[in-house]
Amino acid sequence: MPDPTFVFAQSLSGLTAAMFLFLIASGLSLIFGVLRVLNFAHGSFYMLGAYAAYQFVQWFGTGPGRFWWAALGAALAVALLGGLVERLLFRHLYAKEELYQLLFTYALVLILSDVAKGIWGTQQLSVSRPPGLAGSLTVFGATLPYYNLFILLLGPTIALAFWFVLHRTRAGRLIRAAALDRETLGVLGVNVKRLYTGVFMAGSFLGGLGGALVTPVKTIVPGMDTEMIVEAFIVVVIGGLGSFWGTFLGALIYGQVLSFGILFIPRFSIFSVFALMAAVLIIRPWGLLGRPLK
Amino acid sequence: MITRPPWALLLLIAALFVPALGSRFYTFLANDVVIWALFATSLNLLVGYTGLVSFGHAAYFGIGAYTAGILMKQVGVPFLLAFPAAGLMAAGFAAVFGFFCVRLTRIYFAMLTLAFAQIVWAICFKWNEVTGGEQGMPEIPYPDFAWAERVAAALPFLGSYRTSEYFYFLTLVLVGLCLWILRRIVGSPFGRMLTTIRENPERAEFIGVNVRRYELAAFVLAGAFAGLAGGLFGIFNRGVFPDFAYWTKSAEVLIMTLLGGMGTFFGPALGALVLLWLNQQILSHTQYWPAILGAILIVLLFVFPGGIAGATLALARRLGWRSARA
Repeated sequence: MPDPTFVFAQSLSGLTAAMFLFLIASGLSLIFGVLRVLNFAHGSFYMLGAYAAYQFVQWFGTGPGRFWWAALGAALAVALLGGLVERLLFRHLYAKEELYQLLFTYALVLILSDVAKGIWGTQQLSVSRPPGLAGSLTVFGATLPYYNLFILLLGPTIALAFWFVLHRTRAGRLIRAAALDRETLGVLGVNVKRLYTGVFMAGSFLGGLGGALVTPVKTIVPGMDTEMIVEAFIVVVIGGLGSFWGTFLGALIYGQVLSFGILFIPRFSIFSVFALMAAVLIIRPWGLLGRPLK
Repeated sequence: MITRPPWALLLLIAALFVPALGSRFYTFLANDVVIWALFATSLNLLVGYTGLVSFGHAAYFGIGAYTAGILMKQVGVPFLLAFPAAGLMAAGFAAVFGFFCVRLTRIYFAMLTLAFAQIVWAICFKWNEVTGGEQGMPEIPYPDFAWAERVAAALPFLGSYRTSEYFYFLTLVLVGLCLWILRRIVGSPFGRMLTTIRENPERAEFIGVNVRRYELAAFVLAGAFAGLAGGLFGIFNRGVFPDFAYWTKSAEVLIMTLLGGMGTFFGPALGALVLLWLNQQILSHTQYWPAILGAILIVLLFVFPGGIAGATLALARRLGWRSARA
């Protein structure tokens, strides 16, 4: 039986990873839920969020509060980019087959990774933790940096905010309606096009925010885009594409399976996550909390 | 009946003379193209003919590459056995994975193929004892060409070649054979039924076709030929690496298929030729090949969704129509 402190520390690290994943995957899930598009470029938005945060920190300096402005600025910049892409290009592919949409988002992956390489080079970059959250505390013998604690609290907060927007506001009602039946919504006089752009921007914002917030704990490297999209994918597939609580659950499961998989079967922890995804797809293709597509 | 010149056969014969041009580089490029042509054509059987969008076709390519590589390097099996084994192994995996995949529709099908491919990748990446893990498996031996050298010595007018050139000839013949078989499959009643399923699966079901079984058969066949291509590629590449099965490889081969023209038989092979040639040309000028590939892809999606073959056919039809009016 492993040491309980170690188990606790392990589950905490899994939980922190889960909250990051939730933040990023919720954007992917939102876009899929409404637009019915699997956005490979979501990983690229995440990467750009990280690079942009680095850039803003370079510009703003590292004074108190600066990091938060940098993160927000990065997320907004990514959202803006997402909106432009949707508005100028992606919109014209909605009527075409899924394959074309998938390949379009893959083309974005290719282009954006080179853009990032062109601007920021290929060396590893890092951002230091915001000064207010530099220390750490000890919980049941496990070390928990304040920044990780912040992420642990941010995850549920975002989840609640998300729930509130989706279920208690007019925009949320429209989003849910668009996920169910876009034609009818259009007939009822709603500007579905604008709604789509908005949703794509919101999804990109979440991806960019995830990328920006991950910079204090992870180095920024080329290739983080293709790695993350696979992880975010697994999360939304396990939880249910387009299902918001499903994404939350999927992230929790992913974090725990990964951190305990490393404990018990160190070499095959990646494998266990993929196997879990395949099992879910086989048994419940629409995910644990998702609804079958018509 | 009008007999058309056997274009494919003539092309194959022309390709046999590539090493005679004397450029090692062109032989290398031609070999690359030939192998990818088989890989892309195998995917086209699935995407173009059956209408199943697989986002994990690299899995079978990788399985074939590892099978042939392990057999030839670790076990010392001759190429003659390792090559079909690569196809069989890939077909076996495709049968198991496909069994689950064909039960799902559209976007879920694409995702499950992707999930299985990532499982294959993860195993290749981590199972150090068998696959060499992250480092891959370098130094896969070439097939034994002693017999070919004896033939060349007995018939001096054929000239003498390097091992890599013998391998190119071998690849050419084997891929030619595979493409011929695939062509026969596509033209057979079975292949026609696949097209029917692509056009209208409900209708196919109504006329008594077991759609899933046909789709599974197409999946296994496509996997088998991808495995054969992978087996050849591992030897050609002088090593097998986990990224053979990574999802970006699956995307690459999809782009080739789309670029050449989906649903036309020789389109994907054409796509392989154009893409690899462009890659070589552009890499000598800039390192930003991915961005250029992405830009090509976007133009393709918006302007020429039928790929090169589709655009050419459309142009020919238009020219034909004009001359008919004039």
